[in-house]
Amino acid sequence: MEHIELFFKSIFIDNMVFATFLGMCSYLAVSKKVSTAVGLGAAVIFVLVVTVPLNWLLDQYILQPGALGKWLGEDYASYDLSFLSFIMFIATIATMVQLVEIIVEKFAPALYNSLGIFLPLIAVNCAILGGSLFMQSREIPTIGLATTYGLGSGIGWFLAILAIAAIREKIRYSNVPPALRGLGITFIITGLMAIGFMSFGGMLTGGDEESKNETPEVVEKIELEKEEIIKDTGAEHSQSIADNTIKVVE
Amino acid sequence: MGLLSKKDTKLITDPLADNNPITIQVLGICSALAITAELKASIVMSISVLFVLGVGNVVVSLMRNIIPSKIRIIVQLVVVAALVIIVDQVLKAFAYELSKTLSVFVGLIITNCIIMGRFEAFALGNGPWRSFLDGIGNAAGYGAILIIVGFFRELLGSGTLLGFKVLGDPIEKTGLYAIGYENNGFMLLSPMALIVVGVIIWVQRTRNKALVEDH
Repeated sequence: MEHIELFFKSIFIDNMVFATFLGMCSYLAVSKKVSTAVGLGAAVIFVLVVTVPLNWLLDQYILQPGALGKWLGEDYASYDLSFLSFIMFIATIATMVQLVEIIVEKFAPALYNSLGIFLPLIAVNCAILGGSLFMQSREIPTIGLATTYGLGSGIGWFLAILAIAAIREKIRYSNVPPALRGLGITFIITGLMAIGFMSFGGMLTGGDEESKNETPEVVEKIELEKEEIIKDTGAEHSQSIADNTIKVVE
Repeated sequence: MGLLSKKDTKLITDPLADNNPITIQVLGICSALAITAELKASIVMSISVLFVLGVGNVVVSLMRNIIPSKIRIIVQLVVVAALVIIVDQVLKAFAYELSKTLSVFVGLIITNCIIMGRFEAFALGNGPWRSFLDGIGNAAGYGAILIIVGFFRELLGSGTLLGFKVLGDPIEKTGLYAIGYENNGFMLLSPMALIVVGVIIWVQRTRNKALVEDH
């Protein structure tokens, strides 16, 4: 149940492109044709599924305060290496991307031909590093959930780029004002799609709102939503998830 | 400008207008949009990128002859990551609240395409001084857009600028609120950042027809 919830949450509610604007550069640059968009989207899913759990392991056993103490003994329990997380994460991602590229080239040449040119691009795609950083800041508790989170975010990104590529293919036949053509209209369409995706926000909290009638002020609505999310998921880690959601909403 | 030759000045002024990294080169959008709900966060983000890009460009430019081209991406990533760690630690030490607001987006400066883009396109082929100017210019162009977006979103969304209530008090109904003005809370939501940038692109391309794309 936890897995299903996180899976749908990361696809729709915390969609990488529409809620947090991650991977926008390649999203805008590679969305002119559906076929290339599918290639890049598949590569992103693939790399996220591999790197998020790996970085989860790094985070749990090396980077977190006291993490070294878990396996090196009490002497090392006082170390806090969390400031190294950026460099460790990006190194893992860059290495994994290279490794994946080599393996895919060797064992699945057909896949390599379709994904090949996108793989190096992915090392510097913010969606990949963002996936790992959100995994860290939301304190995802188990490696299984981290994999689910990677898969869900990847699929969310895939959906977003697929949708915008399809729209851009069609919009070529419409009469867009000259100054808006290309980049401008893509931005505005993405904005509208993001507004559409916001309606998924009630998906996990839907139906539980009756009990919260004691604070009806609009000003406190955001605070209220935060409480709801915490109450619904129940688990301790949801505080940070809720914080992130609110931050993005704000 | 005795210090800068005409060509050098162009390096700084070009990215501010007709070669803007966000609206023309389509670089660095990832982290640009999410943090622009307040002006303060936009300014801090711009300064961080200014530092990382300025210093990073110089470092990469100094190393350009000794980096083997096969591993240059990873070398560049390490340079950026080291600089971003400095920024992150400084923010945590001196502006803790703000570093919480920026959350993972400070870390995401590493994969900000603008930085890798300038390293690849400029610093690898030019001397340190010119690279420095190019870095400053591009970061300023990026910052300019961030600040414009942040300005409008904070002003229209919460009626404040840098936290000061410039339009009056919405609860006590002073200033503009006395005549029935309401804040547009929608401006604070993330999709509006995209639409504001879209409008900036629209205005810019209407003024300069040479920039118009044919689909």
